[in-house]
Amino acid sequence: MQKSLNINPDKCTGCAQCELACSYESEGVFNLSKSRIKVFKFHDEGRFVPYTCTQCSEAWCQQACPVDAITLDLATGAKIVNDATCVGCKVCTIACPFGTINYIADKGVVAKCDLCGGDPECVKVCPTNAITFVDANWTGLDKMRNWAMKTDSGSQASA
Amino acid sequence: MKYVIIGAGPAGVVAAETLRKNDLSADITMISGEGPYPHSRMAIPYFLTGRIEESGTWLRKNEDHFENLGITIVDGCVSHVDTAPRKVTLDEGQVLEYDKLLIASGASPLRPPVPGLDRPGVYHCWTLEDSRNIVQRAAPGSDVVLMGAGFIGCIILEAMLERGVNLTVIEAEDRMVPRMMNQTAGDMIKKWCLKKGVTVLTSTRATSVDEAGGKLSVSVDKGDAVAADLVVVATGVKSNTGFLEDTGIKMEEGILIDDNFCSSDSNIYAAGDCAKGREYGSDSWVMHAIQPTATEHGRQAALNMIGVPVTYQGSLSMNVLDTAGLISASFGKWDGVGGDHAESIDQDNFRYLRLEFDDDHLVGALSLGRTDRIGCIRGLIQRAKPLGVWKARLMANPNLVAEAFVGLSQ
Repeated sequence: MQKSLNINPDKCTGCAQCELACSYESEGVFNLSKSRIKVFKFHDEGRFVPYTCTQCSEAWCQQACPVDAITLDLATGAKIVNDATCVGCKVCTIACPFGTINYIADKGVVAKCDLCGGDPECVKVCPTNAITFVDANWTGLDKMRNWAMKTDSGSQASA
Repeated sequence: MKYVIIGAGPAGVVAAETLRKNDLSADITMISGEGPYPHSRMAIPYFLTGRIEESGTWLRKNEDHFENLGITIVDGCVSHVDTAPRKVTLDEGQVLEYDKLLIASGASPLRPPVPGLDRPGVYHCWTLEDSRNIVQRAAPGSDVVLMGAGFIGCIILEAMLERGVNLTVIEAEDRMVPRMMNQTAGDMIKKWCLKKGVTVLTSTRATSVDEAGGKLSVSVDKGDAVAADLVVVATGVKSNTGFLEDTGIKMEEGILIDDNFCSSDSNIYAAGDCAKGREYGSDSWVMHAIQPTATEHGRQAALNMIGVPVTYQGSLSMNVLDTAGLISASFGKWDGVGGDHAESIDQDNFRYLRLEFDDDHLVGALSLGRTDRIGCIRGLIQRAKPLGVWKARLMANPNLVAEAFVGLSQ
């Protein structure tokens, strides 16, 4: 059974453990700017929102890529960037309306959440279970995918 | 059902794959004018730098990809299309019959009316063949003139600098990337290029290319002629529709398509750079020669051809450009629609962001020196609901675009 990240902002305390773990797992350094998950802090509302790729099914990034560098990991359902194939053209970074695929200038390629191959570090370190990794069919999970419906240019999510 | 696709660029390839995914028994033939391995023009700058081999430009990396999908690729150029009976004739005389035809023939570089552009050493930067010619001439220390400081001119600038050439850019308009950047951003890109050692001549027209002393010589309307070993002409593109002239298919710059990608002939569809379709959020028809539009067109046109009705919401203009390390992007109505705008400028660090609003909707944006979560700008523009409290926050600080998107999506 495929699993997905389930994010519950109500439980997030803004501790940034997920960002540090992501940065270390994916880039080998503790650098918040290298994290593929970002905790948005809305201080006016006292609210913290962890935010990353939803691995959407008709992925904009994957469809826009001109060199087939973004592929589907059949085991996890993640859309994976192949660093050796990516030329760094950045078209995916403007095509993805969620802003969850980003150009890493010092590597010359783009990067996005790859679900750590099926065992996400952000989930492991989250002390409040604000980020969990659950059965993809779990009802109520698709909150971020519903954003896709609202944000979508139309048919991509519905066709 | 017999489907024929003219063109094997991103629109054609995505359409062929979508047809196959939705119709296992379809007979699909794709006509490629540039060899058996469909490739991406977007990747050409990286081929010029030597970062990738030719195979790195292929749209699909597996040599057998199309064969495995049962998609036949025919190499050739189309000489004409007959609408009754329905057939496509290639230059070599081969005839392909179709039930539904997709025209995804792309665009070609415009050749400005400057005498001497047919001389050896003057190239466009459009095909792999062009790139091979450019690579051969752009030796370290050679003099290179780029005619046109648009998207293509800028994106190959870094490739040229990496090869160690002396570079002069000639642009007729008053700023760099005039169709993608406003004066402020265009001037910042120019300043960046000057710092990199590039000679930038804006508001300057090339008047002729001649041969003098074993080199080329580019005459301009202001100042001295510029010597060159290589001239690259990148002054815009036009749709490839010449082979349709006697068909009666309605055209205006490109093939006019309705919101289901159908041309004025009910069996002929069009997608990508050769098509003129709805612009996002408006009742205008536009030709957007950009990768995201090509793939969206290709996919949705194919669904309509199969009989899955998909209504197109329109193409959002968007571009991202890396000019020798300075990354710029433009979205939608970046030059405004007469509503409010918000601007953040940091000249010293080459950072700029400008947002354009229509009432409390975001309709366009320009950015420079920023890559972080930039896709959220698209998300905000294509959001149906108003910005609410975020309008005032963005007016005060446009850099909060990602926060606005996430905040509004909760």
